[in-house]
Amino acid sequence: MIDSDTDVIRVRELVKKFGSFVANDRLSFRVHKGEIFGFLGANGAGKTTTIRILCGLSYPTSGEIEVAGHDVYTQRERIKRKIGYMSQKFSLYEDLTVSENIRLYAGIYGLDRRYILQREKQLLQQLGLQDIQNQFIRKIPLGWKQKLAFSVAVFHKPAIVFLDEPTGGVDPITRRQFWEMIHEVTREGITVFVTTHYMDEAEYCDRVSIMVDGRIEALEPPAVLKERYNCGDMNEVFIKLARKQ
Amino acid sequence: MKRFFGLVSKEFQHIFRDVRTLVILFGLPVVMIVLFGYVVTNEIRDVKIVVWDRSGDQLSREAVSKILSSGYFILAGYLDREEEIESLFRSGEAKVAVIFEHDFEKNLVREKKAAIRLVTDASDANSAQLALNYLQGVLTGFFMSLDQDVSLPWAVDIKTRMFYNEEMRGVYMFVPGLMALILMLISSLMTSVTITREKEFGTMELLLASPLKPVEIILGKVTPYVLLSLVNAATIILLGYLVFRVPVMGSIWILMLECLLYITLALSLGVLISTHASTQQIAMVFSMVGLLLPTILLSGFIFPIDNMPKILQWFSSIMPARWFIVIVKNVMLKGTGMAFIWKETLILLGMTVFFILAALKRFNIRLE
Repeated sequence: MIDSDTDVIRVRELVKKFGSFVANDRLSFRVHKGEIFGFLGANGAGKTTTIRILCGLSYPTSGEIEVAGHDVYTQRERIKRKIGYMSQKFSLYEDLTVSENIRLYAGIYGLDRRYILQREKQLLQQLGLQDIQNQFIRKIPLGWKQKLAFSVAVFHKPAIVFLDEPTGGVDPITRRQFWEMIHEVTREGITVFVTTHYMDEAEYCDRVSIMVDGRIEALEPPAVLKERYNCGDMNEVFIKLARKQ
Repeated sequence: MKRFFGLVSKEFQHIFRDVRTLVILFGLPVVMIVLFGYVVTNEIRDVKIVVWDRSGDQLSREAVSKILSSGYFILAGYLDREEEIESLFRSGEAKVAVIFEHDFEKNLVREKKAAIRLVTDASDANSAQLALNYLQGVLTGFFMSLDQDVSLPWAVDIKTRMFYNEEMRGVYMFVPGLMALILMLISSLMTSVTITREKEFGTMELLLASPLKPVEIILGKVTPYVLLSLVNAATIILLGYLVFRVPVMGSIWILMLECLLYITLALSLGVLISTHASTQQIAMVFSMVGLLLPTILLSGFIFPIDNMPKILQWFSSIMPARWFIVIVKNVMLKGTGMAFIWKETLILLGMTVFFILAALKRFNIRLE
């Protein structure tokens, strides 16, 4: 499903400074339509900074950046209509029910009410959450929250969905299921931009970029990287690259 | 617009599903009004008095026993020097001193004129005033009952003196003060907390990454509080009327409009605080220390502004509550219209615009 002729994200020479600290140092990369783009890096490598810029939550210091065909400096509002975002905290409202959360976020994206209700029913069925649709979010397990947060982020069928460490604190089985959901949405043509520091997850990505100290050190499909650095898995690749510094 | 209403109704859901919020929102004003009402209208009881009977005649002794039998006062002892009063006040052994002049009865009979001096410890000004009023009432009743052909002695000469706070200005106007306090508390504290909560749970990021504009997000969050605060203002006015018999002499519409202005001001302050605070606790402390205490202390609600040092007087003029209290007092108690409060209204309006701009600026900076 990857359309490598169409880029949904184009970044050239992205720089983001906080005072004298350079969080993103001249990043350049492209993300193809429909791919799962893994954005890896150690804590503090600058992943979240980049993702926030791409989502229009923060301005870059310099560089040319285009998301879903729109410029991040001047067309943030348009970008926001075309993206979905899921933060590290699976941000749902704890004191709203499953259904209420879905309807709230869908409503924010201006979807038609009848359409929302119909999709909601579908979604709850897929996730197997029909029985708890009227439960408060605070009462449901973390794994379900995570899946729900993801479904909410792609509910409006965005061109790109940004997932910022979406699997933190979740058990391996749930993580596995979560990645199945990710693959599922790429089949609908949604591009997935995901940050993680679980290297086994990097294997599920079509391409990964590895960021070290604000710079992109490598950007290839996982298989290519493993071969180039002569490593058995992505974990080794990552350690090799991070140690080089 | 539909998206906006979605946000507003979600905010209402937050409010009505959180017991603590509900208690603060609706319980607090009622409790405070009733509490203040109770404290203020409470009768005095067992006030300790000392007597310096320089006359020592039949009439003065009867007067003392009348005072003591009233049930409001208990005798802490007799004096024979004026200097003792101060030390008794300082140690708290007595609150009021009753002093009969020399030849009290003789003067009353012969000259139809005699003097009683009442001295109170007015460090607690409110109870001092109350005690004096009661004492005068008791003494008046006593001398009237004497059925003598005398004019009432204190009509000529009951001298009262209040130690420590001689002026007794800024008589407690609790309802306007409480209104300023409660509206400030609810509007600014609640909004700052509710916005920082979204930051803490990460939902703010999601809203910001959505097509909603920052202004829409903020308005969506504060609109419910505007409505609820207005309900609160009305509750306070109503309770004030029922508990204190505080009338609304002026136009209720002007009063409510002024309330709306003050609420808007407090809300924008709340938003401003939320842009600085990263957690709900910080927002709460910020609002409590930064807003509530100054509102209580410097607005003239409890302590008269005229008695403050110059620098605090100056500081009090940047307290929104100070101006709001003036407005409310004018409209509620004096029944004046806009002609007398336009200046204060303009000040509040200016402050509101300032805080809204500051909050918006901060909010945008935070996004960078």
